Amino acid sequence: MRLLYFAWLREKAGINSEEVNPPSEVATVADLIEWLKARGGGHAVAFADPTIVRVAVNQEYAKLSDSVAAGDEVAFFPPVTGG
Amino acid sequence: MIRVQEQDFEFGTELAAMTEGNHGIGGVCSFVGLVRDIASGETVSSMTLEHYPEMTEKALADIEAEARGRWPLEDALIIHRYGRLEPGDNIVLVATASAHREAAIEACHFLIDWLKTKAPFWKLEETPDGGKWVDARDIDDATAARWVEDKSAFGGESDAAD
Repeated sequence: MRLLYFAWLREKAGINSEEVNPPSEVATVADLIEWLKARGGGHAVAFADPTIVRVAVNQEYAKLSDSVAAGDEVAFFPPVTGG
Repeated sequence: MIRVQEQDFEFGTELAAMTEGNHGIGGVCSFVGLVRDIASGETVSSMTLEHYPEMTEKALADIEAEARGRWPLEDALIIHRYGRLEPGDNIVLVATASAHREAAIEACHFLIDWLKTKAPFWKLEETPDGGKWVDARDIDDATAARWVEDKSAFGGESDAAD
């Protein structure tokens, strides 16, 4: 699974992207965030308040309850400000 | 048409290219977004736009398709820049063309409102206190949400999405 981080989430996590292999019980976006938080360090800071984190799975906006699987590209970022 | 680019654009040239040879167009409406030199009372020396390249073009294409589905447009153009910009620089151009003015004006307004809340861009403003990420504003969500409720003024002519 490929993870991408943008804007202040990238700064707090201290990483642009990474490949991860979460355990099989990580089935949803919410599970993935909790698993990443538990790794501590920059991830714990970046995901301290999951309610202000937005997510895309395979380049489509996703909800916390959406499922994730091996091979997915999951991006984490603050609310977007285009225009 | 969608373009995501680092380089500048010249909106007069873009509008001329849009109308060239299409005499079914009766009106063009455009919006140009620019970098301001002040935000929340602080001086802004530059704004750096970060985006999610693999997703941006798809998200913009979806927004354009939504507008074309709601209004009878002859053409639509979104140009969105990324990278480091300075006050006065162009950020975004939205242009819409239609046979009659209402569709172009409403679709242009819709497109810029939806770009605010659906296009995966983030803005870092350089101020005397350092870099500050621009927060998404609740008012932008509220403004964009209005288009979920509102039907276009063309009730009979377009299939407004519910």
